[in-house]
Amino acid sequence: MIELRDIHKRFDDKEVLRGISAVFEKGKTNLIIGQSGSGKTVLMKNIVGLLTPTSGQILYDGRDFVGMTKHDRVMVRREMGMIFQSAALFDSISVLENVMFPLDMFSDMNEADRISRAKECLDRVNLKGAEMKMPGELSGGMQKRVAIARAIALNPKYLFCDEPNSGLDPKTSLVIDELISSITHEYGMTTIINTHDMNSVMGIGENIIFIHKGYKEWQGASADIMSSTNERLNSFIFASDLFRKIKDAHDQEENEAIKQKTTI
Amino acid sequence: MFIINRIADFGRYLDLMGKTFSVPERIRMYWRQLIKEMTQLGVDSIGIVLLISFFIGAVICIQIKLNIASPWMPTFTTGYTAREILLLEFSSSIMCLILAGKVGSNIASEIGTMRVTQQIDALETMGVNSASYIILPKVLGLMLMMPFLVVFSISAGFAGAYATSLTGVISTEDLTVGFLHDFRQWFVFASIIKSICFAFIIASVSSFYGYYVEGGSFDVGKASTNAVVSSSMLILFADIFLTPLLS
Repeated sequence: MIELRDIHKRFDDKEVLRGISAVFEKGKTNLIIGQSGSGKTVLMKNIVGLLTPTSGQILYDGRDFVGMTKHDRVMVRREMGMIFQSAALFDSISVLENVMFPLDMFSDMNEADRISRAKECLDRVNLKGAEMKMPGELSGGMQKRVAIARAIALNPKYLFCDEPNSGLDPKTSLVIDELISSITHEYGMTTIINTHDMNSVMGIGENIIFIHKGYKEWQGASADIMSSTNERLNSFIFASDLFRKIKDAHDQEENEAIKQKTTI
Repeated sequence: MFIINRIADFGRYLDLMGKTFSVPERIRMYWRQLIKEMTQLGVDSIGIVLLISFFIGAVICIQIKLNIASPWMPTFTTGYTAREILLLEFSSSIMCLILAGKVGSNIASEIGTMRVTQQIDALETMGVNSASYIILPKVLGLMLMMPFLVVFSISAGFAGAYATSLTGVISTEDLTVGFLHDFRQWFVFASIIKSICFAFIIASVSSFYGYYVEGGSFDVGKASTNAVVSSSMLILFADIFLTPLLS
């Protein structure tokens, strides 16, 4: 479990995060959503330690990540896996070597075991046979899958995904979402996904935090979104025609149900 | 403001070097990187070093013979002067200036691209000391390979000078006498020591510019240019201090 307590982040005179508190539960896909520039990437960078909050606490299973020593921070980071927006694969080494990298760096396994574990992770993301390819030879979706395989190689407790569907077509996005969701449940990880893809929100969002101008505006599950009365959330989620129509249909259904109940 | 910015840059440079020269997490991984960097920065530069040194050796020899040598001077003057130029300045300082262009831009653009494509962030979130993992093998790799490049450069320069004797500009005997006249071995070592210092400047300064890139491909290109300009300036500056120190 990851808990945020009153996180503030300021860059010179600009306050980007304004007192965000939230709990991200274990074994769930937790989503951070919000418009571009709302502060969700800054929040994610603070959570993983690429930035330090101006004030507030970040607790990893009760351990204060902000206040701990540099050595302890490194130890917590080794329990993390992260999937970046650009996949961030090391482009000078092969797919297999990319997945093996965290194992080579931190595990005490022998080489055969490391190779076997890396192949197992690649197999898990349906990339059997791509071991010897270079990252540049792969499509965007395949690169993201390699990034997932690399992120889970050390069986992390926490998985972070920064806009994992960015630049992918809707079908591939669904595959990536399904993969992240199933891996989260399978490994019992605390997963935090930073996204503004509404398909992800509706499809895999078990705990959603909506950020607006650095404030936490709303928190709930994807099922609660339809009945939400938060105007900012509604204008963000139902910005597209398709989702507005779905919302209208949902509202109509609800009204009819209420009417029927009243008649009875 | 300019001075304050430079002081701030120097502080950041020292901070980065502090992170770079820390105990490696896994020696095996660093060793692999070191071998890779020695190949990429050193072995891959041998060709250009040999080519440039050969032609510069030949041109120095022709220029001295045609413009300086006279019947009033000993016949070994050309060989002697060419040797001193090659040993004392060309094969260390000028060759390092050339390498600052080739290797420096390579290092800055490689690290800069790693920064903008979030590869450095990926290393950091894994708990890897990215500065040490990326920069240390580059600095050590270039410093270890530089003495070989200097020796290759000196040899190619001499070969170039000898090649001029084929054109009849100077006789092989006069060149050999000049090369051996009042030869001091220390000059070779001084040249190697200087070049190792310059190798540190090239690798560390270029890494600094690459590591702190912010933005996109335009900024990577800018960092690459800044790396070459700054390392060249620092090499020239350091040369002024090292030359009297090592003479």
